[in-house]
Amino acid sequence: MESIHLNVRSHRKRPHSSTTEPKTVQWLLIGAAMAYLTLFLMIPLGTVFYQALEKGVGVYLAAITDPDALSAIRLTLLTAMIAVPANLVFGIAASWAIAKFDFKGKNLLITLIDLPFSVSPVISGLIFVLLFGLQGWFGPWLQEHDLEVIFAVPGIVLATVFVTFPFVARELIPLMQEQGSEEEEAAIVLGASGWKTFFWVTLPNMKWGLLYGVILCNARAMGEFGAVSVVSGHIRGSTNTMPLHVEILYNEYNFAAAFAMASLLAMLALVTLVLKKIIEWKTARDLSLLDDAETAVEENG
Amino acid sequence: MGLRKKNVLPGFGLSLGYTVFYLSLVVLIPFAALFSRTAQMSFMEFWDTISSPRVVASFWLSLYTSLSAASLNAVMGLLVAWVLVRYHFPLKTLVDALVDLPFALPTAVAGISLTTLYSVNGPLGKHLARWGIEVAYTPLGIIVALTFIGLPFVVRTLQPVLEDLDVEIEEAAASLGASRMKSLLYVVFPNLLPALLTGFALSFARAFGEYGSVVFISGNMPMRTEICPLLIMTKLEQFDYIGATAIAVVMLLVSFMMLFTINLLGWWSRKRTSSAA
Amino acid sequence: MKEASGLKNISVLCLISFLMVMGLLVSCGQTDTDRTLLNVSYDPTRELYADINDAFALDWKNRTGQTVSIRQSHGGSGKQARAVIDGLAADVVTLALAYDIDALASKADLLPASWQQRLPHNSAPYVSTIVFLVRKGNPKGIKDWDDLVKPGIEVITPNPKTSGGARWNYLAAWGYALKKNNGDENAAREFIQALFANVPVLDSGARGSTTTFVQREIGDVLLGWENEAYLAINELGPDRLEIVNPSISILAEPPVAWVDRIVERHKSRDLAAAYLEFLYTETGQDIAARHFYRPRLETVAARYRDRFSDIQLFSIEEVFGSWKNAQKIHFDDGGIFDQIYEDSEALPDRS
Repeated sequence: MESIHLNVRSHRKRPHSSTTEPKTVQWLLIGAAMAYLTLFLMIPLGTVFYQALEKGVGVYLAAITDPDALSAIRLTLLTAMIAVPANLVFGIAASWAIAKFDFKGKNLLITLIDLPFSVSPVISGLIFVLLFGLQGWFGPWLQEHDLEVIFAVPGIVLATVFVTFPFVARELIPLMQEQGSEEEEAAIVLGASGWKTFFWVTLPNMKWGLLYGVILCNARAMGEFGAVSVVSGHIRGSTNTMPLHVEILYNEYNFAAAFAMASLLAMLALVTLVLKKIIEWKTARDLSLLDDAETAVEENG
Repeated sequence: MGLRKKNVLPGFGLSLGYTVFYLSLVVLIPFAALFSRTAQMSFMEFWDTISSPRVVASFWLSLYTSLSAASLNAVMGLLVAWVLVRYHFPLKTLVDALVDLPFALPTAVAGISLTTLYSVNGPLGKHLARWGIEVAYTPLGIIVALTFIGLPFVVRTLQPVLEDLDVEIEEAAASLGASRMKSLLYVVFPNLLPALLTGFALSFARAFGEYGSVVFISGNMPMRTEICPLLIMTKLEQFDYIGATAIAVVMLLVSFMMLFTINLLGWWSRKRTSSAA
Repeated sequence: MKEASGLKNISVLCLISFLMVMGLLVSCGQTDTDRTLLNVSYDPTRELYADINDAFALDWKNRTGQTVSIRQSHGGSGKQARAVIDGLAADVVTLALAYDIDALASKADLLPASWQQRLPHNSAPYVSTIVFLVRKGNPKGIKDWDDLVKPGIEVITPNPKTSGGARWNYLAAWGYALKKNNGDENAAREFIQALFANVPVLDSGARGSTTTFVQREIGDVLLGWENEAYLAINELGPDRLEIVNPSISILAEPPVAWVDRIVERHKSRDLAAAYLEFLYTETGQDIAARHFYRPRLETVAARYRDRFSDIQLFSIEEVFGSWKNAQKIHFDDGGIFDQIYEDSEALPDRS
């Protein structure tokens, strides 16, 4: 039973007449979806790029190579590089526990994981102020030991980790629940170790969710404004992230430069998508190798 | 088949242990700080803070604008996810890529661009104004901003589930004589429902707390277009931390209840579909 | 087995990059100049302090041979004060209103309550006032405060609850109404209510309001700092905007102070004090005047006489007693500003 299930995966994307709609319906649906995306997404984004390039490419380049801008870019990348892997590991652990096992309080746990989403960015920043601020729980101790958390890089990283906390877990949980755990059980019964099962069966199965999760997490980590704004202290050239720098430029009536930075953020998101495509393509190749191996194992066994 | 009681899979202790540990570190301890701060005020003070007319008005405003935005996103997000996964059309990859951008764009930029577009003399607002529809500086503007920032949630939660959905089920339904509409409604949709609910809940929860983009487009008129998070900011501006955390706690409880209900619904619908299958 | 070793490589790479990142984090705090100073300021002073910092660094180098680098942080005045209370290590604060620096003393004991007596002129090296910005040619014929409450006039001001500048706007209008009605508070309240009934948008900050007025072309008149009005004209369109001076306005004194607890920790009191005293020197005052802040020094004031028109100015102490008082009566929760809006069902609905 279970070994048959293993191979279903490779066939699932073939279009079939009984499983799709007539062309006209397709185009109607595509049209509706595109109209919606145009109105709420593309036109606003178009404005960003339009405003960024309004004063010419020279102004654009000057804006993004300004020393303060470069330091903001560095800080943003650094923050994302810490926040994303941390939340990735958590997301995998959480989704494994939640999707593969039954236990009491599971719904509560899922809801708690979602909680950072529901917290206003203003509050998430405030929370860290209450924890690490001079008037907060750990603030006085930190100051005595000359450690800077809030209004320094660690505070920005913490706030970002908090804000992007649920993304990977939230992508993986419904996906893994929908998939069930027959394949892993089969692998374990066939004698594979836990880690091996995870890397060979679970990981390839959840690659989509994982990728989306990481991409969302990364995009949000780089774009977060509210929470970071509360804990950053806005010190030019040292604790300004890209979104904060956008605000600064905007408030200096330097609209073209502000939108240039914003467009850069948009493009960073696009870069992650290119990476996604590359990984997708590589995984597809690896998967076909894997499928061949599995078929061989089945034939021999 | 679904989940079973006796489980042969390893790693339960490790994965759940780490989950709970990390959750406590990043989420629970910080929240404890928040609640302990609120506990410094007496219940009457707390009640006075949260029942003042402006807080109540902003609360209802935040609630109904977020619900409208999340509903719009649920319907249209389902459509977008379906189109992106099942159909082929030119520039699909590009469109797919663009869906994430509301996350990457700083919320302030989103707010500024939307206000530029939808204000009475903006390129879109100009035409809408001719029909008597004002968007910027009205609750409608808030809904537009919240729709924008919540847009990726539904699409991105549905996409992996759709990618993974076995076409075989649909084929089976079709071969058993079900019409396309029927197989979509009774076979595909129930499978998507948990993810759809999750997407809706996330989109709502995100919208409910949103600040950066809304302050630009809402006009911030007290009693009319003043959202809850703005009131928290104004409390902070008066160095009234306790008052700010009081509103924060109420907001938090509302979204917690909302998320919890929806998670229960998702769990219930999953149970129903797995027992039906 | 190829894939398995690939995975191993990836995890090793991840680990290495993580460690590198942590290393970067640790090394972040170091700087390579002799001395540093953090000036935490409010929004409109960006351009001013960019110039002051250069001039001061040069001056300090000539006097002591030390290289000094001044780091700047800008934001809403109240927000900045809160950040300092919560631990932002500001050597000096240069904020929009004394109330915000008072909060540093009262909430966190970061400096003595008598800080305002330490430097000349109430610790406010430059002053400003509230003026009107209108569209070129003044199409609605706005001349004075009374024109702002006429029906059909749209007034743009930020939200006094979130913006220090907006509080000056509000108090200037209140002071005018009090004077005109011989101290009748009820009349002043009616005036304020009528004024805010004419406000279609309350942005959260002063520069947001300027953008609403100039870029979105909403409203007929913008209330704001004199220096901000001039900056807006220079940056956004001398051909689109002009300034109208009201007959009476408020004397806005943005104060400065060094933060004792922090300069002790940084051992930077001499530098912080010298920096603030520099603002009172001929050079400092000249830079302030160039950025349209009214200078205190007579010689500089004389040089820029035709730049600043004569407006009758009243101080906050004259009309309101103190900032603390004004804040409590007008802007705190349940204060007059809130009451105006909570009774707002009585107002004609504009939307």
